[in-house]
Amino acid sequence: MFGKGFAPLSILTAVAVAAAAAMVFFYAPLDADQGFIQKIFYVHVPMAIVGLLGFVAGGIFGFQHLRSGDRAHDLRSYVAIHLSIVLAVGVLATGAIWAKASWGHWWVWSEPMLTSYLIIFLLYCCYQPLRFSIEDPDRQARAASVFAVTAGVFVPVNFMAVRAVESVTHPRVLSTAGSGMPAEMAVTFLVSLVAMALLFATLWKLELSGKQAAIELRRLRARLELDAERSEPLADARPAPGAAAVPAGQ
Amino acid sequence: MTRAALAILGKDLRIELRTRESVPAMALFSVTVFVLFHYGLDRDSLDGAIAAGVLWVTLLLATVLGVSRLFVTEREQGGLDGLLLAPIDRTAVWVAKAAALLLYLLLLEVVAVPAFAVLLLGTDLLAVLPELVAVLVAADVGLAAVGALVAALAVETRARDLIVPLLLLPLVVPVIIAAAAATEPLLAPAQRPDELGRWLLFLGLYDVVFILVSVAVFDFLLED
Repeated sequence: MFGKGFAPLSILTAVAVAAAAAMVFFYAPLDADQGFIQKIFYVHVPMAIVGLLGFVAGGIFGFQHLRSGDRAHDLRSYVAIHLSIVLAVGVLATGAIWAKASWGHWWVWSEPMLTSYLIIFLLYCCYQPLRFSIEDPDRQARAASVFAVTAGVFVPVNFMAVRAVESVTHPRVLSTAGSGMPAEMAVTFLVSLVAMALLFATLWKLELSGKQAAIELRRLRARLELDAERSEPLADARPAPGAAAVPAGQ
Repeated sequence: MTRAALAILGKDLRIELRTRESVPAMALFSVTVFVLFHYGLDRDSLDGAIAAGVLWVTLLLATVLGVSRLFVTEREQGGLDGLLLAPIDRTAVWVAKAAALLLYLLLLEVVAVPAFAVLLLGTDLLAVLPELVAVLVAADVGLAAVGALVAALAVETRARDLIVPLLLLPLVVPVIIAAAAATEPLLAPAQRPDELGRWLLFLGLYDVVFILVSVAVFDFLLED
C-alpha cells in the first residue's frame, strides 16, 4: 500500500543526493569569509527546512487522522515526526559545529533558528514517550494525533516568539543565508534542498512500508495461531507437566 | 454547553474548596522556590531581567503542579466515565477545566506575587501593578488553555507525572519569552516599559491560537 512507486523514487533520490554532493564540493565557490566550513550550510539548512516541513506534515496527517479516523494517516504522521526528530538531531549537531567554526562557540543563543529548533526538538522528544505510554491502540493514535496537531501549530508560533525577542534585545548581525548569495551557491543550495526532501520522502516511504508489513505479518500470525487452535483443540488443552512452570515471554 | 461547563467547573471548585489540594500546594511550592532562588543566586534583592526570570520560572513550575492534578479526581475515582456518558459537548469539559486552571493560577498569583515582592524584589511593585496584572492575566489565559489540553493528553498515559512537565514546559516557552520580556522593564529601576503593548499583543495571539487549537482537537481525546 505504501510501497507504490518506491523504486523510481529511490533512484531519483540517489541521483539527487549524488548531484548535490558533487555540486557542493566541485561547483559551489568557497565562501570568502568562512572558507571550507561554509559547505556545512548545504547540509544544515536543507535538513532544518525539511525537518520543519516534516513536523508540520505530521500535524496535517494527524489532523486528517482525527477527521477521518483512518489509522493509515496516523501511521503517516508518526513516521514523518519520527524522521523529523532524527533530522532535528542532525540540525542541532551541524548547527553547533558550524557555530563553533565560524563564531567560536558551540552554542549561540542569539541565533534564533538554532534556539527555536532546540525548543521544538525538546517538545517533539515527548512524542514517543507520550505515544507508547498509552496502551489502547485507538486512544494511542488519537492522543498522538492531537499532539501532532498542537505541536504543528506550535512550530510557527515558537519561531515568531524567538525571533521577536531577538529583534528586541540583539540586532541581527549574523545573517546565514542572505540574499547576497552568488548564483552558484544559490543553485547548489536548491539542489541540496531538493535532494534532502527526496531523501526524506524515500525514507518515509521505506519506513511506512516496513511498518505496514510488520502490521500485516502480526495480523497473519494471529490468524495462523487461531487456525491452529481450531484445528487441534485437544493438543494444548492440557499442558504437559513442567511446561506450565515458566510462562512464556516473561 | 455553557450550563454543562459551569456544572463541571462548579464541581471542580467545590472539590478544591473541600480538599484544598491544588492551590495551596502551588502557592506553597512557589514560596519555597523563591527561598531556593534566594540561596541559589545568593542575592537578597533582585530586579530587572533576573527578577522577571525568577518570577516566571517559578510560576510556570507551579503551573505544572496544577496541570498534573487537573484530571486526578476524574481518573482515580472513575469520574471520567461519568463525564463521557453525559450527553454533553466534549468541549464543555475543556472549557471547565481551562477555567478552573485559570482560577487556580490567578489565586496562586495572589499569593506568589506579593510573596515575591516581599522576599526578593528590590523595586517597588505597587507602581507597576496594573501593567503587571495585565501581563499575568494575558499569560494565564494561554497557560490555562494549553494546560487543560496537556492534562487531558496525559491522563490516559502510564507515566502521567513525567509526561505533563515534559510536554507542557516546551509548549509554554513562547509564554515565558513574552511574559519575561514584558515584565523585565516593569521590575527594573527607572525604565519605561515601551515594548509592553507588543508583548501583550503577542501573548493575546498565543492565547487565541491555542484556544482555537484546543477547541478543535480536544473532543478526540475523550472519545469512547
